Amino acid sequence: MKKLIATTALCAALPMGAFAQDKPDSLKVGMTTFLTGPASVFGVPARDAMDIMVQNLNDEGGINGVPVEVSYIDEGAGAEALTSEFRRAVEQGGAEVMFASISSGNCQTLAPLAEDLEVINFMWDCGTQRIFEEADYDYVFRTQANATPEMLAAVIYLLKTQPDFETLAVVNQDYAWGRDSWDIFRTALMQFKPDVEIVGEFFPAFGAPDYSTEISRLQALQPDVVLSTSWGGDLDTFVQQASQRGLMNNSTFVLPLAESSLERLGSALPPGQIVGARGDHYFLHPERRDDEDFKSFMSQYEDQTGNITVYSVFHASQALAALEAAYTKAIEENGVEWPSQEQVLAAMDGLEFQGLGRPVTIREDNQGIEAQLMGTSAQNGDYPFATLENIMIFDGAELTAPVGEVSTDWIETLGPEFVDEIEPTTFEN
Amino acid sequence: MSSVTTTAPATGSSPAALSLLWIAGVVLLAAVPFLAPNLQLLVNFALAKGLAVVGVTVLLRAGQVSFGHALFFGISAYIGAFVMASVPGMDFFGILIAGTLGAALAGLVVGLFVVRYRGIFFGMLNLAFSMIFWSILEKFYHITGGADGIRLTRPTVLGMELGRDAFELFLYYTAIVLVVGLGWFTIRWFASPVGQLFQTIKTNETRLEYLGISPRRAMLSGYLLSAALCGVGGILMATAQGVVTPEYVWWVRSAEMVFIAVLGGAGSVRGAFLGALIYEFVRTYASAYAGDVWQMLLGAFLLVIILFAPGGIIGIFERVFARGKGTS
Amino acid sequence: MNLTTFLLALFDGVSYAALVFIVALGLTLIFGVMRILNVAHGSLYAIGAYATVSLVGWVLALGAAPILAFPLMIVSAILVGVLIGGPVEYLLLRRIYDKPEVLQLLVTFAVFMILEDVQRLVWGTQPYFEAQALRALGNVTVFGVTYTVYQLILLPLVALTLLVGLRFFLRRTVTGKLITATTEDREAAQSIGIDADRVFLLTFVMGAILAGLGGALASPTTSILPGMGADMIVLSFAVVATAGLGQIEGAAIAALMIGMGRSFAIYIWPEVAVLVPYLIMVLVLLVRPEGLFGSPAARKI
Repeated sequence: MKKLIATTALCAALPMGAFAQDKPDSLKVGMTTFLTGPASVFGVPARDAMDIMVQNLNDEGGINGVPVEVSYIDEGAGAEALTSEFRRAVEQGGAEVMFASISSGNCQTLAPLAEDLEVINFMWDCGTQRIFEEADYDYVFRTQANATPEMLAAVIYLLKTQPDFETLAVVNQDYAWGRDSWDIFRTALMQFKPDVEIVGEFFPAFGAPDYSTEISRLQALQPDVVLSTSWGGDLDTFVQQASQRGLMNNSTFVLPLAESSLERLGSALPPGQIVGARGDHYFLHPERRDDEDFKSFMSQYEDQTGNITVYSVFHASQALAALEAAYTKAIEENGVEWPSQEQVLAAMDGLEFQGLGRPVTIREDNQGIEAQLMGTSAQNGDYPFATLENIMIFDGAELTAPVGEVSTDWIETLGPEFVDEIEPTTFEN
Repeated sequence: MSSVTTTAPATGSSPAALSLLWIAGVVLLAAVPFLAPNLQLLVNFALAKGLAVVGVTVLLRAGQVSFGHALFFGISAYIGAFVMASVPGMDFFGILIAGTLGAALAGLVVGLFVVRYRGIFFGMLNLAFSMIFWSILEKFYHITGGADGIRLTRPTVLGMELGRDAFELFLYYTAIVLVVGLGWFTIRWFASPVGQLFQTIKTNETRLEYLGISPRRAMLSGYLLSAALCGVGGILMATAQGVVTPEYVWWVRSAEMVFIAVLGGAGSVRGAFLGALIYEFVRTYASAYAGDVWQMLLGAFLLVIILFAPGGIIGIFERVFARGKGTS
Repeated sequence: MNLTTFLLALFDGVSYAALVFIVALGLTLIFGVMRILNVAHGSLYAIGAYATVSLVGWVLALGAAPILAFPLMIVSAILVGVLIGGPVEYLLLRRIYDKPEVLQLLVTFAVFMILEDVQRLVWGTQPYFEAQALRALGNVTVFGVTYTVYQLILLPLVALTLLVGLRFFLRRTVTGKLITATTEDREAAQSIGIDADRVFLLTFVMGAILAGLGGALASPTTSILPGMGADMIVLSFAVVATAGLGQIEGAAIAALMIGMGRSFAIYIWPEVAVLVPYLIMVLVLLVRPEGLFGSPAARKI
């Protein structure tokens, strides 16, 4: 104990961080991710992938010869530990860039903190569209889409593939994401297809172990479509219980986050259900799967973890790609060995980078524009779990609320013709 | 950390020397922002939690354990967030008072029900009330922000807009003043007639009744004090954190408070702060250096304390100090 | 609400109550005999589920029939009870029977914290799902709504069997009577030659087996993931406190009340469904502080 504190105090006294323009020994990055708690289904794969990708990057000489060093902070250890660790990473750990975080709630806590600490922060996975719609940030960027394009892609895919459905019920987790995503989905659906009847809205508690009663009610209501934006164990439980009781025989499920559960669900996810991936994130990405870098990463990842990737791996790859792109661009633009923070910030403006999916660009409000992939589940025997067919990849720019507009207000200006105006790239599988 | 050894109670011999050490401990805490600025926020959290733990400690003096005192911690924090959201530019002292009064009021309402119960029933009923409030916070998402909670923007201080650093420094010293002030008040309260009656509940409640005193009324006064202390802790935590979430009220948080109270030395006010400091350090450093097993380390730490040092850390210190006195 | 939906809600309530009751049964047994509220009960429940998933997954991968999952559930429950429950009682709880209630409770809380991390170290953080046992029993359709036989028929049957079996064990067998005697008066029991230490060990292991069995039986219906124990423990606390601590039949009634309350809430007013168990608990305790069936003076099981 005493020793620990003494060491920390000593570290605090030492001069830290590199002077701008001097090449540092390493580029230190702090990444918050869930190593414990339910959301570790995203956090642990993202960390594993980040370790692999950082290793690969450093093997090739890092960024302009400077290796990247990532340290992880557990989002599952509670908000106090998270904020103090975040500060420690910046103030004592010498982190030049932070990747925070998975949870939208944590993003909302850490974004203003990063702004106060004047540290560059990439919101690498959280979905809430509110942050940039409610305030302007200089140091905070989002290296992926927000909830608006994610939900719009799901609505449009549903309307393009099953234009004639009449009734819909929703079963979402009872927390911000479940509520917000339903707000966006419902608003868009009502604009695009106002005659749809919403026959049931259920918000079982986050982490609920049992959906039997909800499923009984859904069987009595017989909606054409059942929407659930749940994820992780909750989604697994809901889909398993629904499939055990044959609910999917009569209703089509729309599951915008089910890409992350495909492998775990195995044969329990019947064919014909709509699956999304919070971006163009799919281990068999139709445009990317034949690319060398994509293939080699996927096999590396599978070797090390024994699993296929989930979307958080793609989000991690985008954060790292953004880091590399921003520093490289800043170095080139300024003709320096190593950029200052202002130079990196300047390079973020309109930055384009490519992780494992399609290229992503940073918009002027610091929001990333990311493509969206939706598909329909198929059990074709290639894998012991469902894969996707009838895939559509949507361009992110058309689906994201324009700069300075609030998502739900913007969606209310759209009409049914919007669905036809959007022309995604389609793939059979 | 030397403040650990200086915040000892003035029991045993040589109270003057001990209170001197106690004062030195406070001075050392006050020096943290200059000696070890990176520990400032951590200590601030610990002090905020410590105040809530004193609330739990008060009830321990009457032999009662509440497994739901995070309720008052959370109520006060949420009141602070709501007031800040509805009255922009609200002053820190405004929300401090509003939060504490709110917690005390909630303490009165809940207290009127629970003071009739003792032992495990008292603990369970408190747990039930806190879980109801927790469910409401999670459920009424459009008002409470659900599991993501609400942001609590930085309040002004006596009309001044402070930057983060200045505000945190202000908050830190306010926390120290409140800890010393309220800690002193609680110790005085234990010694007061009401406090004495209150503590009799632990040893002999029937005697109180024979004396013609209502044990419920004595219990209620202690319950109010404990709720208000949790309220002060909650508002300090919420302003330091900048966000309030339903996790403030979750049963594990209540259990943690009891955990810290026992760790520090059940029934000791100074022990509560000592326990909170140590708990916060262990938790933060264990989660930083042993990410996957921090709960396990804390659990093992608690087991060791209960099995081998039932008097808590303050008890260890007392023994060491008494032995030191004997030999020197 | 017409008769059909009423019956549907009733079915859902019963199958949910059955599972909660099985977990609460172990908790109330331990409290009734040992006067310890075991917070670690939730962890034992979770570990029971994890152990079942691993064991069933392994055995079925060897090509065994899915029906074999049922005996494996019992095996996992016994493993949990003996390998974890036994040492916890023998090494930890035994040292603190003379300590205040708070400390006893905190010891189990510490065990809970330790076991939560043990689960994560052993089984990782990814959710598991192993529903072979449930699928093996098939479905049954009532009023056009499909239920699984497992949830609608098997779980309530198991709960009922355990309730009757435990009653019989405590009142009709010698070991059961020894336990009851120790509960009534520990010192008197010891003076007539009952080994109270053994009785306590036996009780705790039995309680732990019941927790593990609850987890094992829950495993085909739900995702097994970190944190599942923390949720279950509060729910079973609510059942046990509502019933009156140590009341076995009471726990059955309380579990039914909570299960029904929840499922009817989902039909009538889904927003309050999560509040129902705690509301029932508070209302009952405010009217009857000792719980529905508890008596303030005598301990009974």
